[in-house]
Amino acid sequence: MLAFALGAFNGQRLRTVLVLLAMAIGVAAVVILTSLGEGARRYVMAEFSSLGTNLLIVLPGRSETAGMGVALMVSETPRDLTLGDAEALKRHPLVSRVAPVSLGTAAVSWQQREREVQIFGSSAEALQVRHMTMAQGRFLPDTDLDRGQPVCVIGTTTRKELFGAEPALGQWLRIGDRRFRVIGVLAPSGSSMGMDLDDIVLVPVASAQALFNTSSLFRILVEGKSREALPQVKAHILRTLRDRHQGEEDVTVVSQDAVLQTFDRILQALTLTLAGIAAISLAVAGILIMNVMLISITQRTAEVGLLKALGAAPVQILRLFLTEAALLSLLGAVFGLLLGMLGTFLIGRAYPDFPLAAPLWAVIAAVLVALMTGLLFGVMPARRAARLDPVQALMRR
Amino acid sequence: MADLLELDNLKREFQVGEQRVHALNDVSLRIKRGEYLSIMGPSGSGKSTLLHILGLLDQADSGHYRLEGQDVTDLSDKQQAGIRRDRIGFVFQFFQLVPRLTAIENVELPLLLAGVAAEERRQRAEAVMASVGLADRIRHRPDQLSGGQRQRVAIARATIMQPTLLLADEPTGNLDSQSGAEVVEIMEQLQQQGLTLIVVTHDRELGRRAHRQLQMMDGRVVSDQRNNPHPEVSA
Repeated sequence: MLAFALGAFNGQRLRTVLVLLAMAIGVAAVVILTSLGEGARRYVMAEFSSLGTNLLIVLPGRSETAGMGVALMVSETPRDLTLGDAEALKRHPLVSRVAPVSLGTAAVSWQQREREVQIFGSSAEALQVRHMTMAQGRFLPDTDLDRGQPVCVIGTTTRKELFGAEPALGQWLRIGDRRFRVIGVLAPSGSSMGMDLDDIVLVPVASAQALFNTSSLFRILVEGKSREALPQVKAHILRTLRDRHQGEEDVTVVSQDAVLQTFDRILQALTLTLAGIAAISLAVAGILIMNVMLISITQRTAEVGLLKALGAAPVQILRLFLTEAALLSLLGAVFGLLLGMLGTFLIGRAYPDFPLAAPLWAVIAAVLVALMTGLLFGVMPARRAARLDPVQALMRR
Repeated sequence: MADLLELDNLKREFQVGEQRVHALNDVSLRIKRGEYLSIMGPSGSGKSTLLHILGLLDQADSGHYRLEGQDVTDLSDKQQAGIRRDRIGFVFQFFQLVPRLTAIENVELPLLLAGVAAEERRQRAEAVMASVGLADRIRHRPDQLSGGQRQRVAIARATIMQPTLLLADEPTGNLDSQSGAEVVEIMEQLQQQGLTLIVVTHDRELGRRAHRQLQMMDGRVVSDQRNNPHPEVSA
């Protein structure tokens, strides 16, 4: 039966190849598009994970929705977060680290070179909280939060742009109207959460506040001792800050989980959408298969009549043509998988940072959908063949 | 012993345009096992329809048809297909070989449909090919064979299931006289070995070779003659 079906393909090579191609492109499209979507999801997930685990982000302003509320994007501040708040949050057994963040942009210059750079004011604990690593020197000193020492740590891009080949450690940078001594250079780490960690200048939080002439904080990063402790830590944060803010709960605490989940949902939807679009090409391939089968049956009417005369039951004819349809779509699916894998591989080579991987469900679904469309669209022509009147069929030549 | 074929009051009508054509009009017939029968008549006399009904390719509108004592009129498609496969062999005017298959693969087709294993298929097909004198042509495709050779492949295919009934529809209609004679000879040999042979033909010479000759006209059997060189067969 199988050999017979394969023989039938041999008899109409060009058409078979075209259908295989259509099916292959459909399956490959599913594989490549879903792996792009899945890659985007993993990329974002990895970005957020690099933020550090067990992390809670405290931002000023009340947000009704969990996760990516408006507050995270544009925080309108009813009552500022202060260094005192950050100090107070430290006093809990389940809190391991607290890093206040003050953020702004300033002109940074050394000798003749000047550059607009993001200024990241924080504390010594930001190193662990944000999972940064040092290339040279040391990180911000572990002192009281309100001591604004004139020292800074710079990202690799900043170092390259300002100092070129010359040593940066020990040099004095001018930031705004103040001078800071470079005590360390960060190892390259790429961007995280929309911030290019390679092109920043880290200064003690009090220095940043002085620089921007403010006493408020952009946000406070709180690291819990464990993942399980996070709900308690969150309660502790809300309680402490309510007490400090005259009984008003005017901050939002976002856990990394909530952020991750939101992105996860969005990107999952994206992947599904892409898969859906690709599935349309599979359906088109299915219709092509039907078309080919119909033509094939018209051309092979005499053959069908003959098979009937030789004693083929209608069920056998049906099975024969369905086997052909299934074989066509299966072969197409296999070629498509190979094509998709090749495509994914090539894209992966072109963008090594992008974690491409076709999700298993998509691969299985693509092959199944290919088979199903093949069979589904093969049923009609096959039934037509099975119902052919042998006398009529044999008279046509 | 019962007759091989028993036909009672078979009727078959076709609608051709406005007209109803009586392809078979009350045909009753008895054919014994091992008979050699020819059916002749002008075009549209119903001889092909009769052959198709005998071969279970077509259904009578009314009447009864018993094959080997079994009434096959009301069998399901599947059962009829089984009888066609096991009991009946067809030889057609235009050979009806599958062009993409080799000669031996064409011969194997009925065995394939019967679900016989590949090894046995090949052995049996080789034996039958040898019996029609084509042992050296088994790997040839139909378009590499002469007309006579193609028809011999078709006969091999028709007989590989060792049917009781061989139906031939103008078997020499598309052949030159030399290869036509070879084909007829092979079929007559098979008949002498016990096969029931029914030939539909325009060719009077071929028709006269049969031991029993039916003449058809307008859907009726108008004459049923025997000129019997082998009295023991029809006895």
